[in-house]
Amino acid sequence: MNALALLKRLGLTRTVLAAFLLGLWVLSATASSLDMTILISDCLVRTGMNGILVLALVPAVRAGVGLNFGLPLGMVCGLIGMVTVMDLAGRTMPLELGQAYGMGLQFGLLVSAMVLGALLGMIAGWLYSRLLEAVKGQEMMVGIYVGFGSVAGASILWLLFPAKNPELIWPLGGVGLRNTLVLDGYFQHLLDRFGSFTFGNGFFPTGVLVLWVLACAVLWLFFRTRIGAALAAAGANPRFAAASGIDVRSMRSLGVVLSTALAAIGIVVFSQSYGFVQLYKAPLLMAFPTVAALLIGGASVRNAKISHVLIGTFLFQSVLTTSLPLVNDLIAQHGGAKALANVPEIARLIISNGIILYALTRKES
Amino acid sequence: MRRAPSARGLLGQNLVPLLFAALCIAGIVAARDAIALEILAGDIVTRLGRNLFLVLSLIVPVVAGMGLNFGIVIGAMCGQVGLILVENAGWSGLGALGAAMLFSIPLSLVFGGLTGRLLNRAKGKEMITGMILAFFANGVYQMIFLLLTGPVIPLHNQKILLDDGIGLANTIDLAGTAGKLDHLLRISFLGGRIQFPLATFLLIALLCLGLRWYLRTRSGQQLRTVGQDMHVAEISGIGVDRVRMRAILISTVLGGIGQILWLTSTGMGTMNTYSSHEQVGPYAIAAILVGGATVTHATIWHAILGTLLFHTLFVVAPLAGQAVFGAVQIGEYFREFVAYAVIGVTLALHAWKSRRG
Repeated sequence: MNALALLKRLGLTRTVLAAFLLGLWVLSATASSLDMTILISDCLVRTGMNGILVLALVPAVRAGVGLNFGLPLGMVCGLIGMVTVMDLAGRTMPLELGQAYGMGLQFGLLVSAMVLGALLGMIAGWLYSRLLEAVKGQEMMVGIYVGFGSVAGASILWLLFPAKNPELIWPLGGVGLRNTLVLDGYFQHLLDRFGSFTFGNGFFPTGVLVLWVLACAVLWLFFRTRIGAALAAAGANPRFAAASGIDVRSMRSLGVVLSTALAAIGIVVFSQSYGFVQLYKAPLLMAFPTVAALLIGGASVRNAKISHVLIGTFLFQSVLTTSLPLVNDLIAQHGGAKALANVPEIARLIISNGIILYALTRKES
Repeated sequence: MRRAPSARGLLGQNLVPLLFAALCIAGIVAARDAIALEILAGDIVTRLGRNLFLVLSLIVPVVAGMGLNFGIVIGAMCGQVGLILVENAGWSGLGALGAAMLFSIPLSLVFGGLTGRLLNRAKGKEMITGMILAFFANGVYQMIFLLLTGPVIPLHNQKILLDDGIGLANTIDLAGTAGKLDHLLRISFLGGRIQFPLATFLLIALLCLGLRWYLRTRSGQQLRTVGQDMHVAEISGIGVDRVRMRAILISTVLGGIGQILWLTSTGMGTMNTYSSHEQVGPYAIAAILVGGATVTHATIWHAILGTLLFHTLFVVAPLAGQAVFGAVQIGEYFREFVAYAVIGVTLALHAWKSRRG
């Protein structure tokens, strides 16, 4: 009975995933030839890489719009920001092969990409919120298709983008932007390396984690301001909120705008960690693992806290980051079929979609 | 009693198909130098035979008020299992094709039943739940056929396994069953440039008649009542959950058979073990919506007209992109955008209308 109550307080999904992660780590430390410091380091990098994207879901859930599956809309805005900034940089200050921009300039480029992306995200988010207002009750389903549609629409944009920077376009005869743009020389790993220190063979990605925690803190504070509290009230109980003089519509709008703008910033952070800007179909399905991470942290369709973001991102990304090299290492050591290398991907599909299904069919929502 | 439709009302109701017809005509005109009209027609006839069964399998859940069945992918997976079993046995010919369909039915009933139970827990959110369920099921499918097949589930035919004996091969050649139904009865037009697969279309016609008949039976009437108002249906003594379950079972079974027809149609003949089923849901749904169906209303004619228009655009768009912009990809991304947009807009319109009462 006591154990059950404790489990309930800790949250079922969190506890199961935490135990799973612990198991993976014990296995890695004892049975594999993996370097634990590198493994932990990778987990931290991946956590910071995805952190702001997961955080971007919170304002929408709080405003009562549900899980924002339309996240790719914001991501596309962030991608436009990065492509524009890279193109302008390449036009005005072309890089020689193997050269890199100075640190200050790299930060300038990164911040401009974020600001431009966030501004576009706000505009797109506002239009998106108008649509969601018209389709109350079906926000998530419509959101999925807003996401899909924006990725397919952006693909046409990438083909027609008037870029002049040779690093962005195909060298010979191809049409449009490349599938992946290399950020080497621009702002690759800029935040990861900022203020980082090494432990063993790994490193602690200070910059990206600090930025993430800072963003979480800002949003946490925001929910304690008058507007933030009004937004949460509008989401929790729209009728009561309206009766106490809160403009529910504009609060829901604000939630969606914040969510979309944060997604734009999130994809910029993601890309700097990853080292590449991935265009075309890359963001198509990115909303689903992001939503899964938040739900694993303990959130539901109607309730999401900052702590859910912190816990969920770390747990989910760490499980994914650990399982892939671990399985490969075990196969290499002990032999085994090639097919086993697919275990992590299959586990990802089952865990992330299973958790979303669980959230959708819970009685609470 | 129905009011006499006004011209504006008629236009409004048929806006989507009209818009698509215009797009298709524009595409055909733009691509006129790239493809001869009779080749286009032949291509579309093949695609109709290939896709119609799948698209028709979406109708019953719509009538039952469960919206567009994104869970059709589960039926498609069951159909593929049927084909895998037949390939494993090494059978070929028309009988093998029929056997694959027969094998798929009990599987579809089991997994359709599970789908129905889940969707009954998610009333009002059937579409998104079905969609995520399809992703989830894809994970389970991969687990079974990539990891367990070989060591746990022994196979007779080693040729469809990966080299080291664990997991099914990424592609399975369906030479034994492909085209068997299409070639059974074929009528050639224009000196063979249009091949009309009569047997396949007879099967589709049979399904259309069956659907028409079923929706008029007592069971079909119950389905309609539940679709119109679950609450009223409950009060009048209809077991709502059971009726909804029936709708999903029918749809899943038809989806399985439809997937088999799709994979063994002329010009296909290869199954991508781990991805052939993935796109089935979105494309079939986009097709029926293009024909003018909505989340709450779908008929056989919507399915036929929609499949015709959607697949015309599918063939023509890349060619038109090449002709107008000098880039095939623009047309490819455009048709993808259109597929997503038509689903998104229909969903949005539905939600908007139902909010306004």
